[in-house]
Amino acid sequence: MIEKNPNGDVWIFAEQEDGKLQDVVLELCGKARDLADRLGVKVGAVLPGYNVADQAKTLFAYGVDKVYLIEDEKLKHFTSSPYAHVMTEMIKKHRPQIVLYGATNLGRDLAPRIASATRSGMTADCTDLEISDVPDSKTKEVYKNVLLQIRPAFGGNIIATIINPFWWPQMATVREGVIPVRDACLTRTGELIRENIIINDAMMLVEVIERHVEPRRVNLKGARIIVAGGGGVGSRENFNLIFELAGALGGAVGASRAAVDGGFISHDYQVGQTGTTVRPALYIACGISGAVQHRAGMQESAKIIAINSDPDAPIFSVAHYGIVGDLNQIIPMMIKSFKERA
Amino acid sequence: MAYHSIVLVKQVPDTSNITGEAMKEDGTINRAALPAIFNPEDLHALEAALEVKERFGGTVTVLTMGLPKAADILRDCLYRGADRAILITDRRAAASDTLATSYILAKGVETIGHYDFVFCGRQAIDGDTAQVGPQCAEKLGIPQVTYLEEIQAVEGEFAVLKRNIGNGWEVVRVKLPVLVTVIETANTPRPWAARKMMKHKHSRVPAELGLDSTSTEYQSQLADIKAKGDLIEQWTLEDIHAELDRCGLAGSPTKVFRIQSIVLTKEGFTEVLPTEEGINGLIHELVVDRTIG
Repeated sequence: MIEKNPNGDVWIFAEQEDGKLQDVVLELCGKARDLADRLGVKVGAVLPGYNVADQAKTLFAYGVDKVYLIEDEKLKHFTSSPYAHVMTEMIKKHRPQIVLYGATNLGRDLAPRIASATRSGMTADCTDLEISDVPDSKTKEVYKNVLLQIRPAFGGNIIATIINPFWWPQMATVREGVIPVRDACLTRTGELIRENIIINDAMMLVEVIERHVEPRRVNLKGARIIVAGGGGVGSRENFNLIFELAGALGGAVGASRAAVDGGFISHDYQVGQTGTTVRPALYIACGISGAVQHRAGMQESAKIIAINSDPDAPIFSVAHYGIVGDLNQIIPMMIKSFKERA
Repeated sequence: MAYHSIVLVKQVPDTSNITGEAMKEDGTINRAALPAIFNPEDLHALEAALEVKERFGGTVTVLTMGLPKAADILRDCLYRGADRAILITDRRAAASDTLATSYILAKGVETIGHYDFVFCGRQAIDGDTAQVGPQCAEKLGIPQVTYLEEIQAVEGEFAVLKRNIGNGWEVVRVKLPVLVTVIETANTPRPWAARKMMKHKHSRVPAELGLDSTSTEYQSQLADIKAKGDLIEQWTLEDIHAELDRCGLAGSPTKVFRIQSIVLTKEGFTEVLPTEEGINGLIHELVVDRTIG
């Protein structure tokens, strides 16, 4: 176990693929910056890989103070054991108080292995993180400046806030796309620290023999918020409204079959029986009548808002909130209201 | 060469169909109001183990931790072709988080002894953490291969496995023993086999007898199910040589500080007026309950 270090930095794991940082790492940079500023400590990024030193500049530009670079040919392709070993040794050596990982397939494979090796608490798939003082419900002792790890649980039916007051570092994976990326400051620099960690052959028990990466497609499945448009949107141009609302809320764009058939948007975005089945925390159906095939693909969403000019549209039968009216007026009102929220 | 597999399975509340009735007034979930089911991805883990046994020979042992009623999913495994089933049940294991759970399961695996594969579902639907698999692998000191899509080959001391990497796939060659987590697209779980069902339908763990374990009635019934070959093994934390301070609440670093329900408590439909006031009210509500931020 690792001794608790209240002066420890806030760390992120700098996940990269073929030498390029994942988008979620830039998201983590902004969140780590906020947490570190609140705690009065620095942001560190651990960057294991092979020929990845160039990425340090990007990390500095997005708010990282120190980059710990571990380069080894054995780290060229990700495999769990050597990466977990590197992170574990780094954590033991520097004792950060918080370590964040992207909740990618890779992050969710790696992070729990490190949590096990360091015997620290670990929360998966967080959608938000905050620093707060927390009173113990029994002893009334106050835990100072602990990390609140906020995540959906129980199939998305509840939001749980998890803390880990004793067994540090406090570690979490953070869902992709829930934290806005900050603007980069290209002139910002930091400290680059090369670390030498020995990786034994005994750790190299998994060998990658073939690899196939597809270009990133529309990620409806992982989206927490989906704004979907249907035939009622009316045209390809008008579909920009859907993109604007999704952009404002940090959500993904979806579509009904009518919108796809109408040529407003490609099939990749289609939700429903012949498209993707989704269950986000929030689904906003705009101008979607709600044929049963569409409802089958989205009705398990935790919250559904339907906007339709027809008060008898079947979409209202699965909606939790219904707005009868013209989406061309309602969507801009929603964007304005969200931007001006207190 | 024959290969021995251990499958880690879990009985979970069915979270896919939660209605307002399953929510308590304080926003927590009334687990008793939900049916207990076989964690869906664990069925695919069992299928992967049965596939290894069929293609290459060997055995399949299933292990679970839970209440005595979790014997339901162990019987389910026997009906589908598992050779041996074990329940770890112990009050001191209650309230274990993923770290404590993986410790207990890893001790269980070590107690079973020789194995080539440990299979488990990627994640359980009550927590969706996907942590217990990798944590077990670390505790056992063996490699892990997550998100299994296909067992391509098993030869000598190696397995060739195809895994999902989110934006594609990769094929890896791994030295056995290995822990493998399995996703739904890997295979189709086989149905119960009628003959196996007939053979195992009276299988019981001792705790299901509902008797005081010191009573003579208990002893005689236990001897009876044992004689008929209907005994499902039941282990305590002592049986797996677990350190008690690493189990249950004492062994769990994470604590739940707060729970908020996001299920609508009434079967409700709220009409929002298409006015500035109406929309502002809706956005405010969604911000306050953290649906949007």
